[in-house]
Amino acid sequence: MSSTNTIEKHADLRAPIARVWRALSDSREFGSWFGVALETPFTPGKTCAGHITVKGYEHVRAEFHVDRVDPRTHTLVFRWRPYAIDPDYDYSKEPYTTVTLALSEIPTGTRLAITETGFDGIPAARRAKAFEMNGSGWEQQTVQIADYLAKQA
Amino acid sequence: MTALAVKQSAPVFAALGDPTRLRLVARLAQGEPLSISQLTEGERVTRQAITKHLEVLADAGLVTDRKRGRERLYELEAAPLDDARRYLDQVSAQWDKAIARLRALVER
Repeated sequence: MSSTNTIEKHADLRAPIARVWRALSDSREFGSWFGVALETPFTPGKTCAGHITVKGYEHVRAEFHVDRVDPRTHTLVFRWRPYAIDPDYDYSKEPYTTVTLALSEIPTGTRLAITETGFDGIPAARRAKAFEMNGSGWEQQTVQIADYLAKQA
Repeated sequence: MTALAVKQSAPVFAALGDPTRLRLVARLAQGEPLSISQLTEGERVTRQAITKHLEVLADAGLVTDRKRGRERLYELEAAPLDDARRYLDQVSAQWDKAIARLRALVER
């Protein structure tokens, strides 16, 4: 697996695991922090959809294909298409990424571990398009390093 | 850059962390594609060693090569890998914002 295929994140939350699990597994609560107005509950094997509520992306209707909602292991797994935000682009043929949100108890509360995987399947052209909307530093930095090195040579 | 982006950039910086490879990048940064023979000129190491260094740079996505006749030309090619990284960076930033909102919700 390449380093560009997966995002891993975790956060330690000062709240009991039952509280955080509700914020994950209840689709309305999930939507309130994830930024989507979900219309139905999370049910394994079902698709849950709604409009993004994050400013600037309200035109996007996001679909969550729910694979797992497990209260025993406090794990939520869904597939979706991140950054499917261009209304003129047909994303239906693109592969999904798989998001796993898992909770565990720690002395100070709850640890949330997020893994989103499958980015290598997203066409390069689409990735590039996503940047046009938010041009940021890394390429610029590489160019600057190259320029700097050229001057030293 | 986020911590994640820094971590993911590690192979690139590792590839650059060698004086010979830095010189190769610097020469390719002038913009013109160069052959292994051209890149070996002025270096104290062998053509084989230069080829190895170029492979490391290629693995990190910093250079690409293409055949022209019997020669192989190398070019500085940072963009595709950067795109992949920047895309992940962006998705990652969205997650950070979502986690901050989750924190506000459950910790209140």
